[in-house]
Amino acid sequence: MTPLLLSSYTATTCLGSGLEATLTGLRDKRSGLKPCVFETVTLETWIGEVAAVDAQKLPENLARFDCRNNRLVQLGLEADGFAERVREAIARYGKSRVGIFLGTSTAGILQTELAYRRCDPLTGALPDDFIYRTTHNSFSLAEFTREYFGLEGPALAVSTACSSSAKVFAAAARQLACGTIDAAIVGGVDTLCLTTLYGFASLQLTSPEPCRPYDVARNGISVGEGAAFALLERLPAQAPSGAVLLLGAGESSDAYHMSSPHPEGLGAQLAMAAALRSAGLPATAIDYINLHGTATSANDAAEGKAVVALFGDQVPCSSTKGATGHTLGAAGAVEAVICALALTNDLLPGSPNTATRDPAIPLDYQLISRSGKVRYALSNSFGFGGSNCSLVLGVAQ
Amino acid sequence: MNPTPLSAWIEGIGFLAPGLNDWPAARAVLRGEATYVAAPSLLPAPSILPAAERRRASRVVKLTLAIGLEAAAHAEADISQLATVFTASGADGHNCHALCAQLATDDRLISPTRFHNSVHNAAAGYWGIATKSMAPCQVLCAYDASFGAGLLDALGQVVIEAQPTLLIAYDSEYPEPLHSKRDTPDCAGVALLLTPQKTTRSQAQIVLRSTGEMAQKMADPDLESLRTAIPSLRVLPLLQMLAKGESGTVCLDYLAPLQLSIDLQLC
Repeated sequence: MTPLLLSSYTATTCLGSGLEATLTGLRDKRSGLKPCVFETVTLETWIGEVAAVDAQKLPENLARFDCRNNRLVQLGLEADGFAERVREAIARYGKSRVGIFLGTSTAGILQTELAYRRCDPLTGALPDDFIYRTTHNSFSLAEFTREYFGLEGPALAVSTACSSSAKVFAAAARQLACGTIDAAIVGGVDTLCLTTLYGFASLQLTSPEPCRPYDVARNGISVGEGAAFALLERLPAQAPSGAVLLLGAGESSDAYHMSSPHPEGLGAQLAMAAALRSAGLPATAIDYINLHGTATSANDAAEGKAVVALFGDQVPCSSTKGATGHTLGAAGAVEAVICALALTNDLLPGSPNTATRDPAIPLDYQLISRSGKVRYALSNSFGFGGSNCSLVLGVAQ
Repeated sequence: MNPTPLSAWIEGIGFLAPGLNDWPAARAVLRGEATYVAAPSLLPAPSILPAAERRRASRVVKLTLAIGLEAAAHAEADISQLATVFTASGADGHNCHALCAQLATDDRLISPTRFHNSVHNAAAGYWGIATKSMAPCQVLCAYDASFGAGLLDALGQVVIEAQPTLLIAYDSEYPEPLHSKRDTPDCAGVALLLTPQKTTRSQAQIVLRSTGEMAQKMADPDLESLRTAIPSLRVLPLLQMLAKGESGTVCLDYLAPLQLSIDLQLC
């Protein structure tokens, strides 16, 4: 693909809001996970909760969008001056020439879960104040973002479970290449809710401890929440030195099972190979891989096989979900931003909570964050339904 | 920069809506050769799935397999190699209701199958398992604008990746109490197999550009109410031109104020 510029980017997770908090957390090998105290949930597990989400007040004219997920959208958009950069892009290109491509798995389903507790005891009707379109629907975060910026261009939500906000980069790149838009707001937002917490627990995939990706004793995920965004634009003739670039994207399907990865990681291999092809780079060019690394037994084993098959055991890699939790539909964008931080700070992020590497997975897995030159990074995101996406990012020299 | 025209060739069509069981049935009504008779959507049992899966298949899985396979068969395409773009205004409404209802009780131990079926890409996941296609599979939502969003991304894949792409746009209903908040009446959808090059199977070429014009309405009040009630059926004015064998320009609803103008040239 034609390289694109990430002219601005930001991430908000349980590590904190914005790039500085994220970078400091990663450098200090900090984990933002804590025992689950959320709403009325009674599960023995750990979560990655973003601080002060519910302190966000949406503008009065957008009150119909009010729910935890859209509050996190706003919190995320306003970190690192991202919203300002978007407004400048709108001023440059026009309000119909900036597209919106956002990933989510559950959007504001929490609002519906809460509304179901308040159904009319006689009629069974949902309460009058519950608005499906602007809270529950998968498009609600994209529609909120469109109205927040007063945009009139194309907008869509990608909802492929945990690969959603990696795939938005590919979808936006296609429209930029076709010339239907001049800039794209890409990103992902997912928030804690009962569906995912009890759902992953029903599959026995939640860990009773902080998640330990790629550890020999890993025993499940820690559900997190997050919001991450990037502003994608075509590359100017002379890319500023140090600018972060999207170089390639690869998508594939497992065609295997709804909730288990292909045991040999075949779909994952196809996605990584397609991303390298899209970037025009050999596997040997990659300096760091941000693994999907959910810390389930099956995911890490399958992904590990796929990475070894393509890259051998020499490329430094890690999952950062021990720090952020698994932010589900936001994970692709969160981890693309983590790759951007790795590229611009010569940082090889480590893996908080992971103590003993799984000897069955021969990778150069980074336990401790350390300095190292990163010119090209690859990020993996895989989801239920066998949906896989890998991104290649680089830094302008 | 000069925009690359968003264009593709239509090789296959699949269709299912209330009272219109497949594309030949819809085509006859759209041509005025048959009268529209309202009836609940008839979802065929998906023979491509193993018996156990077939019995458990949800309405959205039956719907998407029916229209996707109809379009692919029409085009004689190899389903095991096809890239797909699924787009839907919502996920499986019945499954969503069951989960929310149970999570509102003291017994929150939901079924793991219900959980994995709750993802917006559940129908796409079953499509992959059924067809064994490991090709890229996109799954979108844009509420009432979902058809337009799907068409834009599918054309992007055809033009930029130069690969045949099967667009599957579909919607389904919610049961009460959600139905009162989102009143999609029934299951319906359209599948279009889009290719980058003209072949002997090509039926028409479409070229898309954005516009601020009003979308074309259906003259028949029953068909017009289907167009406005079910987001994927915003495609109906385009399908009517295809059915009648008319070349020309048609405007479809997308995301106000942005609409899609489509030039259709029959082969």
